[in-house]
Amino acid sequence: MVESHAKETTLALKLRVWRQRRGQPGAFEEHALAAVPTSASFLEMMDMLNEQLIKAGKDTFAFDHDCREGICGMCSMTINGMPHGPIPGVTTCQLHMRNFRDGETITVEPWRARAFPVLKDLAVDRSGFDKVIQSGGFITVRTGSAPEANNIPVPKPIADEAMDAAECIGCGACVASCKNGSAMLFVGAKINHLNILPQGQAERDRRTLAMVKTMDEAGFGNCTNYGECQAHCPKSITLDVIAKLNRDYLRARVKEFFSSTGKPSKGGD
Amino acid sequence: MNLDSKTPAGPLADKWNNHKAKLRLVNPANRRKYHVIVVGSGLAGSAAAASFAEMGYEVSCFCYQDSPRRAHSIAAQGGINAAKNYQNDGDSVRRLFQDTIKGGDYRAREANVYRLAQVSTSIIDQCVAQGVPFAREYGGLLANRSFGGAQVSRTFYARGQTGQQLLIGAYSALSRQIGLGTVKMYTRHEMLDLVLVDGKAKGIVTRDLVTGAVESWSSDVVVVCTGGYGNVFYLSTNAQGCNVTATFRAHRRGAGFANPCYTQIHPTCIPVHGEDQSKLTLMSESLRNDGRVWVPKNKVDCAKPASEVPEEARDYFLERKYPSYGNLAPRDIASRAAKEVCDEGRGVGQLVDGKRLGVYLDFSAAIKRLGEAEVRARYGNLFDMYENITGENAYKQPMRIFPAVHYTMGGLWVDYNLQSNIPGLFVGGEANFSDHGANRLGASALMQGLADGYFVLPYTVTDYLAGEKSGSRPSNDAPEFKAVVKDVNDRVAKLLSINGTKSPRYYHKALGKITWEKCGMARDKAGLEGAIRDLQALREDFWKNVKVVGSGDALAPELERAGRVADFLDFGIMMCLDALTREESCGGHFRTEFQDAGEAKRDDAQYAHAAVWEWTGEGQLPARHVEPLVYEETQLSTRSYK
Repeated sequence: MVESHAKETTLALKLRVWRQRRGQPGAFEEHALAAVPTSASFLEMMDMLNEQLIKAGKDTFAFDHDCREGICGMCSMTINGMPHGPIPGVTTCQLHMRNFRDGETITVEPWRARAFPVLKDLAVDRSGFDKVIQSGGFITVRTGSAPEANNIPVPKPIADEAMDAAECIGCGACVASCKNGSAMLFVGAKINHLNILPQGQAERDRRTLAMVKTMDEAGFGNCTNYGECQAHCPKSITLDVIAKLNRDYLRARVKEFFSSTGKPSKGGD
Repeated sequence: MNLDSKTPAGPLADKWNNHKAKLRLVNPANRRKYHVIVVGSGLAGSAAAASFAEMGYEVSCFCYQDSPRRAHSIAAQGGINAAKNYQNDGDSVRRLFQDTIKGGDYRAREANVYRLAQVSTSIIDQCVAQGVPFAREYGGLLANRSFGGAQVSRTFYARGQTGQQLLIGAYSALSRQIGLGTVKMYTRHEMLDLVLVDGKAKGIVTRDLVTGAVESWSSDVVVVCTGGYGNVFYLSTNAQGCNVTATFRAHRRGAGFANPCYTQIHPTCIPVHGEDQSKLTLMSESLRNDGRVWVPKNKVDCAKPASEVPEEARDYFLERKYPSYGNLAPRDIASRAAKEVCDEGRGVGQLVDGKRLGVYLDFSAAIKRLGEAEVRARYGNLFDMYENITGENAYKQPMRIFPAVHYTMGGLWVDYNLQSNIPGLFVGGEANFSDHGANRLGASALMQGLADGYFVLPYTVTDYLAGEKSGSRPSNDAPEFKAVVKDVNDRVAKLLSINGTKSPRYYHKALGKITWEKCGMARDKAGLEGAIRDLQALREDFWKNVKVVGSGDALAPELERAGRVADFLDFGIMMCLDALTREESCGGHFRTEFQDAGEAKRDDAQYAHAAVWEWTGEGQLPARHVEPLVYEETQLSTRSYK
């Protein structure tokens, strides 16, 4: 039996970290950081770097982070070229330093995507995602107007599939990893969550059309099946949500074309 | 301080309906003339903001995160209670009420708790209609599970991500209103002060975290749903940004702060691994169903691997002390027992700061009994999470756990309408004190946040607005607003100008060390008095020696942290004072002087009240007031788990 907690080792690292002010060009800064415990998380390592910078009277690196347990979707670092780093299925905050080697050089960048402009250093503006949701990523139900919950049976396989898609935390790693800066994994996940549920049928077509339109307007690119998004998604959302998004989009467009008004407002099936 | 609870008359079961029938209304055509500010976008804030906008009010919502979807409600794992009685196992509104008031150790307001139980059923309806993917049975109907402190299965859940799914439901309702233009959403904005005009809350002052701009916002009413203050302990299960600033700034403007000493410690968190740790991670309590908790009997064995400690040298201390509940003893009792054995020097795991703070949670007996496959089926995701964080395989060696701060029951004092003692300032969710007494039951936080946001505030805020003349709100450049903007700017400038030698995080850690050791799981008079002195000294040092790098006109995380730590320092003193002056033990508040062989010993004759603190000025200790808790239909009893 191997019991690992007895030995705690530390790393000496060389860090190349992106420094940028809003609206200005950025550049890498190099910093050496010693005695990083392997038990620390990646963000705790960044905290150590920032404390070292404060001691030297220098500005810290701004980065987004909040829950530090992999669910809020706020943390967003490209580590050695990979959004959320080298370990599949985790966010930056869940990445631990035991996955790095002593003496290693680590490159830390923000999300790199046209639709996510840099606010400062490693923090970017992801409000494009919110705009997509605001245009249709919901089921219209006013507070107080809901029917009794068990009046809407949802077959378990459908509920489970919706839940798989709903696991998306909206972090943006899919966009950051995509050569096209496409948000289709994010949009596809939301479409799959809502469009397959019985509650989501009334707005199925208009939801799909509105979200895709907003996605395009927000500057996100299109999917050309690289599959990088799936590889870097911390919640392991799979590419099939994009296929289903395309199917629902086609369906809505065809119905729109053949409808008498040319509008999708007639709703679902 | 006016602490009239405004609890309606009549039998408990009828109070809310009778009260709703009497609340005043605002004509639909007039609603758009009122501006409602909602601060915070968690379950309570998002739900309230969306509901107000659907009703027709003009709404502005503020959050410090980059999107309203990221508020820390998202991290709740377990579930949400509701008295649906879908399991036909005898649940009812009254049972949920009784469990919640007992769980709170009889320190919550009876009428509020009853209302919470009543509206719980509507929450589930609302969330299902929004598309929240709750767990289902094969027939397509909703599944339930049981949770601590209850003898019925009333907990609804969405895998281990119930909070996330409920928040996304509320966020989607809010997003719909933002898209329609009825809510203006201000992300990356932090509320730094409250503006009062003629004694009423009429707006807030915020700092735009991206540009540094300090701005004021005028409104007819302010609704604060900014969560709890667990980060006063530095290490907690809270998100890094969670803070007390919004509620504490309101407190400084006159709002009473109730029961700050009521904090909840969760027993099954992953232990501290080192000095640079920033956060504690909770694992579901369900682990205690099959894991056995132990430490070595002898200190000399503590540094050895668990496998080298023979069976007869292990102390299964929960099974020994609480034979009938064993490893399933309630949260507070299990937490304190773990602390005791670690204080005796029998803790396990890494040495951090000269101590080993951890106990084993051992699954070897369960693996022998059930097989590894079954244990994996039940807890696989938790074992994976544990391995990801610690690098240890819990199928091969025992997990290590230690208690951590998880939730805070205290908060701004509110009456039955969720209005603070400042007219026009309403408080929802964890930010208020009203429903959980001295201890919160599992799966009740989500219920309360959504109850307040969807089904209480829309009624009670409307009643308040009906009494305010539409169009009467002050202009944004009224002298009252300018004065508060100046206060905020001065404070930001001061923090940036001290240019001392120690970082804001240094002070936050030092603060957490004091509060955790002296006002954590167990408290006593001497410790609390010492803590207050230490915190006063730390506060003085902070304002002389803090170093805040960055600039006021850009994203400046150190400045944000410094402002929050400054408020936590003042707040920590108040929390310790509250713990010192409550000379009894109840729920999460355990005074070692007041116990019956390890059990909390309440003093109902002296302390069946909410303690409400009034700000008395910079550097002064706050003043204590009380709201007596009147129990009309509840018999107070003593908890026993032996």
